[in-house]
Amino acid sequence: MAESPVRDVIIIGSGPAGLTAAIYTARASLEPLVLEGEPSSTSDQPGGQLMLTTDVENYPGFPEGVMGPELMMNFKAQAERFGAEVQTVKASKVDLSERPFKVWVGRDTDGEPTYLAKSIIVSTGAQSLMLGLDREVELIGHGLSTCATCDGFFFRDQEIAVVGGGDSALEEAMFLSRFASKIYLLVRRDELRASQIMQDRAMANDKIEIMWNTSLVEYVGDTKIEKVKIKNNLDESISDLDVTGVFIAIGHKPSTSLFEGQLDMKENGYLKTQPGRTATNIEGVFASGDVQDDYYRQAITAAGSGCQAALEAERWLEEQE
Amino acid sequence: MADADILTLTDDNFGSSIDAENAPVLVDFWADWCGPCKGLAVILEEIAVEQAGNVKIAKVNVDEAPSTVIEHEVLSLPTMILFKEGEPVAKIPGAQGKDTILEILSEFM
Repeated sequence: MAESPVRDVIIIGSGPAGLTAAIYTARASLEPLVLEGEPSSTSDQPGGQLMLTTDVENYPGFPEGVMGPELMMNFKAQAERFGAEVQTVKASKVDLSERPFKVWVGRDTDGEPTYLAKSIIVSTGAQSLMLGLDREVELIGHGLSTCATCDGFFFRDQEIAVVGGGDSALEEAMFLSRFASKIYLLVRRDELRASQIMQDRAMANDKIEIMWNTSLVEYVGDTKIEKVKIKNNLDESISDLDVTGVFIAIGHKPSTSLFEGQLDMKENGYLKTQPGRTATNIEGVFASGDVQDDYYRQAITAAGSGCQAALEAERWLEEQE
Repeated sequence: MADADILTLTDDNFGSSIDAENAPVLVDFWADWCGPCKGLAVILEEIAVEQAGNVKIAKVNVDEAPSTVIEHEVLSLPTMILFKEGEPVAKIPGAQGKDTILEILSEFM
């Protein structure tokens, strides 16, 4: 394979952070290449976590709200309008030990790198956590889901469970109440992490029953979920809960496996950047969005840090000339 | 790139259209309101062009094919089902990358 040309900027990831970085670097004539990821039904996919949502009510500029997937398609169209190249592939390996940086896509990571880059913006975001129970992977799509907007439709008039106590769990439960006859919200402790506005809405919804101090411990059913076993965390008693669907919304972990041993990470696994900046421990590599944000984790803050990364990369590239 | 030749199926023509194809048919169950379906659609258009003659790509909008959805026990979007000689031979729930889809197809071609 011929030596690839060296790109000024490669952006890994295509959520609000990655695509904002693409808009800014494209407008600066840096002809960014965006490796947007591969289709998947988890949050780790082109467009990022917003692809799994419906109405986004807190993104400024949309007084009536906007659909998450539509918002992300618009981000992408805006980046492409200024010349960003977006490829539907997943970075499978990076080598940041020397410049130009090396990036591989696809399964063959032994041969020559697919791309070379003077600078890299990492915006790989975060992916849904699962419970880690037996048969969890094989039951996804067979009654077990991490995407209420994709799968809620199939549980019309059925009883289902949502696991989690944060904003995303409550949003999923609210959305699912359009279809399901009853939603058990399984909350590990005796309180919710969700914002007050979401708590108020969930409590006011007749179809949602909150089960406090409750953990899901086993999926029951041969080819699809027929019921689940739950544990009362106060007295450790186990009981059956008759539900045909289970939606998991227990939070996210940063998608950083590509960078292990190369980029500095905090103890909780998020990428470490210089205070108030997106620069990482490697000169020329910048991190933006949820992959480095363990505090705000909003679409608007991700977009903001994508802009920061683009401006920092642009200035850094100028200094190199 | 040539235009992708993709079948659009509903409850009315599902069975007859699948039976009429000589090549295996990969059916994509999707909906407007499904985010991950959008990414998968792009990949399937590429496959339709690159694998023309080897596999036929078909799309079912689940809002327009409620009976087909129930008959084939689709519980998640997107879901792909591969039909060979009119019979379902593989069911793939969830969006997948191109390599994974091609690998599954190659088992049946």
